[in-house]
Amino acid sequence: MEKIPILRMGEFLLVTIQVDMHDRLAMTLQDDLTNRISETGAKGVLIDISSLEIVDSFIGRTLGNIASMSRILDAQTVVVGMQPAVAITLVELGMSLEGVRTALNVDAGMELLRNSVDSQKDLLYGSRFY
Amino acid sequence: MAVVSTETVPVMSEADVVTVRRRVRETASHLGFGLVDQTKVVTAASELARNTLIHGKGGEMVMSQLNGPRVGLQLVFQDKGPGIGDIDLAFRDGFTTGSGLGLGLGGAKRLVNEFEVISRVGEGTKITAIRWK
Repeated sequence: MEKIPILRMGEFLLVTIQVDMHDRLAMTLQDDLTNRISETGAKGVLIDISSLEIVDSFIGRTLGNIASMSRILDAQTVVVGMQPAVAITLVELGMSLEGVRTALNVDAGMELLRNSVDSQKDLLYGSRFY
Repeated sequence: MAVVSTETVPVMSEADVVTVRRRVRETASHLGFGLVDQTKVVTAASELARNTLIHGKGGEMVMSQLNGPRVGLQLVFQDKGPGIGDIDLAFRDGFTTGSGLGLGLGGAKRLVNEFEVISRVGEGTKITAIRWK
């Protein structure tokens, strides 16, 4: 069965969507990611959608679901690389991807994830600077 | 309205929805649509194709290139499904009978310039969408 690969990098999971997703593939990604977060205890998920030429309501909803499910499993999700034309269309369609954190590119997304994981650790164990 | 060429794409499976997106993208690009307009019409086609598949139990899309007086892309989605009982309600954002967000019909309408729904309960639905260049 066709699947979107999930890479593990330290405490983060990375996904690059490079195919035109049909609905079942999006559902499979949602299930696979949720399972991998729970297996690995990953603290962050980065989803690169720079190759996606459209995000329709179904794909948008799937991204929102992934963000909600990972939050419940104590992981942050960042969606990166959305093409400007896709962003314009998505808003006109009526979706604002509420609850989904975004960044312009992979570098910015990784930094966002690292910072939010670090600040969580600071809250738990006290600041690293003392 | 001069129709330059017409093509029929079946909408019977999820893979067909992906084919619809690809063909609409290629045709819009061929007609000289800008990237944002291409993305809007492809996204509208994706929403409508999913409606045809899920609510209409499958059907087809007839895509026509329009030329004269204006250049445009016309998409007609037809099915022989159960039809839409209350069209006004179906247009409302958030209304859904399926598992979606309920943005399909209203959202698709916002992404094109002309939009018409003809539906008879028990007979099927025909949705015509046009995006002008």
